[in-house]
Amino acid sequence: MSDAPLIEVKDLGVRLNTSHGPAQAVRGVSFALRRGETLGLVGESGCGKSVTALALMGLLPDSAVISGSIRLDGAELVGLPDTAYCRLRGNRISMIFQEPMTALNPMHTIGHQVAEPLLRHTGVSAAEARHEAIALLDRVGLPDAAKRVDAYPHQFSGGQRQRITIAMALACQPDVLIADEPTTALDVTIQGQILDLIASLVEERGMSMILISHDLGVIAENVERMMVMYGGTVVESGETNAVFTRMGHPYTQGLFRARPRLGARKGTRLKTIAGTVPELADLPAGCTFADRCTIAEARCRAALPAVVDVGAAHGVRCIRTDVSMDAGGVGA
Amino acid sequence: MSAPLTAPAGTAAIPPGARPVTGFWRRALRHRSFVLGAVLSLFVLGAALLSLVWTPWSAYDIDVASKLHPPSAAHWLGTDVLGRDIVSLLLVGARSTIMVGVIAVGIGLSFGVGLGLVAAARKGWTEELIMRMSDFTFAFPAVLSAIMLAAVAGPGMVTSITAIGIFQIPTFVRVTRGSANAIWAREFVLAARAAGKGSFRITIEHVLPNILSILIVQATIQFALAILAEAALSYLGLGTQPPQPSWGRMLNDAQTLLFQSPMLAVYPGAAIAIAVLGLNLLGDGLRDLLDPRLARER
Ligand SMILES: Nc1ncnc2c1ncn2[C@@H]1O[C@H](COP(=O)(O)OP(=O)(O)OP(=O)(O)O)[C@@H](O)[C@H]1O
Ligand code: SF4
Ligand SMILES: [Mg+2]
Repeated sequence: MSDAPLIEVKDLGVRLNTSHGPAQAVRGVSFALRRGETLGLVGESGCGKSVTALALMGLLPDSAVISGSIRLDGAELVGLPDTAYCRLRGNRISMIFQEPMTALNPMHTIGHQVAEPLLRHTGVSAAEARHEAIALLDRVGLPDAAKRVDAYPHQFSGGQRQRITIAMALACQPDVLIADEPTTALDVTIQGQILDLIASLVEERGMSMILISHDLGVIAENVERMMVMYGGTVVESGETNAVFTRMGHPYTQGLFRARPRLGARKGTRLKTIAGTVPELADLPAGCTFADRCTIAEARCRAALPAVVDVGAAHGVRCIRTDVSMDAGGVGA
Repeated sequence: MSAPLTAPAGTAAIPPGARPVTGFWRRALRHRSFVLGAVLSLFVLGAALLSLVWTPWSAYDIDVASKLHPPSAAHWLGTDVLGRDIVSLLLVGARSTIMVGVIAVGIGLSFGVGLGLVAAARKGWTEELIMRMSDFTFAFPAVLSAIMLAAVAGPGMVTSITAIGIFQIPTFVRVTRGSANAIWAREFVLAARAAGKGSFRITIEHVLPNILSILIVQATIQFALAILAEAALSYLGLGTQPPQPSWGRMLNDAQTLLFQSPMLAVYPGAAIAIAVLGLNLLGDGLRDLLDPRLARER
């Protein structure tokens, strides 16, 4: 394993055309991922997780303005023409989506859809691709893969379909796998199985993975490092263990307190974070979390806070970490 | 390619790309509207083919002495105002009808679908340009474009077919772009793009198959409209030229005699109705049969 990062993102910004006019959906996102490393991206709905992922994949609408830099093995991806990006997608970077029910084309057999990326990106024959597709479907745990390879998506359950989309994403042995809430649409019992499958495949093939979730539990169990996003910015990042033991950002702490827990006494209400995610179009000038933060001050609203190091490679985008971390708000 | 995984034993037994063809026909024969539509359409097609080798009488022989005969053993459906045998006229007319319909819809379909798919795939100013152009074309009714074309190329079947075909393009552009845009917004297209497919392949493999049923149904509707437009153009002397018979001209010829011999209008009217109904049922049936989600055994 080399030390040079496989994927390196610097100061990524995405400007989107929304119904309320142009809006900065993502700003100042930076991270580096070496081969075989796993990174989690967590945050509430609408905080920009998917937009970040789509920016990495080069799949944002043409009207989106992307700033900053995304390097894959040192090669710049921002501004890459679509034809060149097509050769990377599904080949070196792959993505799994949230909705397995809609991520497969209803008109094609699953075998065809899994074999497709192989035919596209590698020089194999149709027969070889089919053979490989069956092997992949078998590997992702689709029962009776050889027999069911010619079945259509509607003939499978949600969990099985997610296995199929995983097979599709992994067909060409990509270097980077982006999993955008791969289990959110599934039953709790299936969720664990799918996450285990992804984890074992990532390990087995030495892939780097970016796992997106709004579930802190999923992040805690599946990735080495994590980034907490809020309002399009990364508000906290670091080793998963470090972040969970010493949460620095009031938002991370709130997210942690708001997680549903098994065995919680009946009747105890979840502690939610007051307020709602701000509209992208009218993001506050300063700290994006200021409107919901219990310890906000006037100076929080002046400018976007810089990232403060609170530990080894553990950064928090807050100017009052002294207070937030002192309160030890973690457990509560 | 990168190191392949080991395949489980016994996978080679399945031939690559095996498709359930037999299943399609079994389902097709059980689909009532498909069968009825196929029968009616084949009936019209058969009539057109038959006219190439045999008609009871010549469809071109004028015999004013025996005009407007009622149905008889000699003339099964009687004769028209010029004494021509109605059955023969209908048989030969089926030929013009099918030709006009097929070619005009063919023109509309190929250009319209092509442009609609490009508009949906490219978006931006390409889409804008195509839609403006098609709005512009749509503003000219088939009759008007036929008159303009006739002024240049002279009236006749080719002129009317071309005019009807051009008139059909914008409809197909709109239907195609609308439904293609809906498919482009689907998550499986995003997944396909994430797998590295470019917009051309996505259009061919994802968009087109998913809008095919809509296009088939639209084509059957347009076919019916083409037949009616041909009738109108023939009436204006811009379509099929005498003595070449067509259902549309028969219908319009019959108009002046509506009170005297109403059946003269009924026969071509019924013929048009059979063709249109047959095509619509066929389109409906195909839509169901082409959708794998509905492919369960009934
Ligand atoms: N194509 C787009 N055009 C305009 N705005 C968009 C587009 N895609 C996303 N957005 C906006 O960008 C913001 C971030 O969206 P994003 O999908 O990244 O959220 P997310 O963190 O993935 O949320 P979720 O957990 O619901 O998936 C949202 O406010 C959303 O409305
Ligand atoms: S910068 Fe201020 S408003 Fe933002 S999280 Fe820290 S304390 Fe709260
Ligand atoms: Mg999302």
